[in-house]
Amino acid sequence: MATQVETGGWARDQMAQRAAKELKDGYYVNLGIGIPTLVANHVPEGMTVTLQSENGMLGIGPFPFEDEVDPDLINAGKQTISELPQSSYFDSAQSFAMIRGGHIDLAVLGGMEVSQDGDLANWMVPGKMIKGMGGAMDLVAGVKKIIVVMEHVSKNGDSKFIPECTLPLTGKNVVDMIITDLAVFQRQDHDSPFKLIELAPGVTAEEVRGKTTARYAE
Amino acid sequence: MQKIYPNARAALDGLLFDGMTIAAGGFGLCGIPERLIDAIQTAGVKDLIIASNNAGIDNEGLGKLLRTRQVKKMISSYVGENKEFERQFLAHELEVEFCPQGTLAERMRAGGAGIPGFYTKTGFGTQVAEGKEVKNFDGEDYILERGIRADLGIVKGWKADESGNLMFRKTARNFNLPAATCGKVCVAEVEEIVPVGSLDPDCIHLPSIYVKRLILGAPYDKKIEFKTVREREAA
Repeated sequence: MATQVETGGWARDQMAQRAAKELKDGYYVNLGIGIPTLVANHVPEGMTVTLQSENGMLGIGPFPFEDEVDPDLINAGKQTISELPQSSYFDSAQSFAMIRGGHIDLAVLGGMEVSQDGDLANWMVPGKMIKGMGGAMDLVAGVKKIIVVMEHVSKNGDSKFIPECTLPLTGKNVVDMIITDLAVFQRQDHDSPFKLIELAPGVTAEEVRGKTTARYAE
Repeated sequence: MQKIYPNARAALDGLLFDGMTIAAGGFGLCGIPERLIDAIQTAGVKDLIIASNNAGIDNEGLGKLLRTRQVKKMISSYVGENKEFERQFLAHELEVEFCPQGTLAERMRAGGAGIPGFYTKTGFGTQVAEGKEVKNFDGEDYILERGIRADLGIVKGWKADESGNLMFRKTARNFNLPAATCGKVCVAEVEEIVPVGSLDPDCIHLPSIYVKRLILGAPYDKKIEFKTVREREAA
């Protein structure tokens, strides 16, 4: 978008690249649909990261070659995928036992709104057709670290990092880090406020301040 | 005790009634009990309450039962990709209980394991928690969710032996396992039935005790919702 070029900021894939910096060797990770999926393309060389698919798989492989497509092998977005030598399969109850039980190190999800207290809204807009929360509520409740990747402002230019969510919540006080096209916010724990820790190239702290209604530390 | 039936209609004989609760396996169109769904459609039972992660797509899977208006209520986590569902939902012709995916899986597992309710963090502070008991354990809030005990579980497996031991294949296992355990009766359809002794007892995913009736559903024309591939690099 023209405005983004003028003001600087990260493109979608660069936001995913920034999220990938939070990966650590040995991590088990669940990636949401959209920009979070792109994080898989940026796992640093030499680092072992195992991706979980909540429909019942650990060790998601790349998209299959045409002649390897298997209807019995899909990810949570219902896309065909492939397996790896270290992959394992399990049922949905087991899958969410590992999610709810705190065994997954990191989840990267999309967001519609995040509040200054770490509430996340990303599953429904009143008045629009509700498709359902899928596994999002389970992930934010159970995974050790939650990163939300989203555009800093809505299509109308409204801040998406706000004092209090206006949309129905996916989880209360669950977000640890927010990566937008403009900046990165992080908090130490769920009792601390978010702090601006990084600006995208060409973006100033003043610009972020002007486009954010949430209270945060600098 | 003969568990193998000649077809889906025969396997469901005497089990179906109006207003019953059915737990169905499958995730999207992956691992759905399509022969049994077809037979339920033909049987014409109505006012069904169906617990299933998804609701099929237009005229595929549970979408078929929506089209014939046999479903009164769905208990699901995600119902996108289905125009008829959307129409009935918006017209208030269909009741939907949105249930987080992991909570739904655990509700089935718990129901099948004789656990009538359990506490979970999932959904605390959201619409999902409305009207539910909240209990604090070790400083954290949890909500009470009920186990699901269905009149019937319908599932799709890969291989079964003649005694009803079942194996699933790859991500087609999904909700089939918990759905099988929470039904007062479970009817399974599989791609292949092999003689007793052909499956490694250490590799059984669903022990025969849960499977009351079994049919060979093959041949299957498995549908893919979103085919995604990569290109081979030139040698």
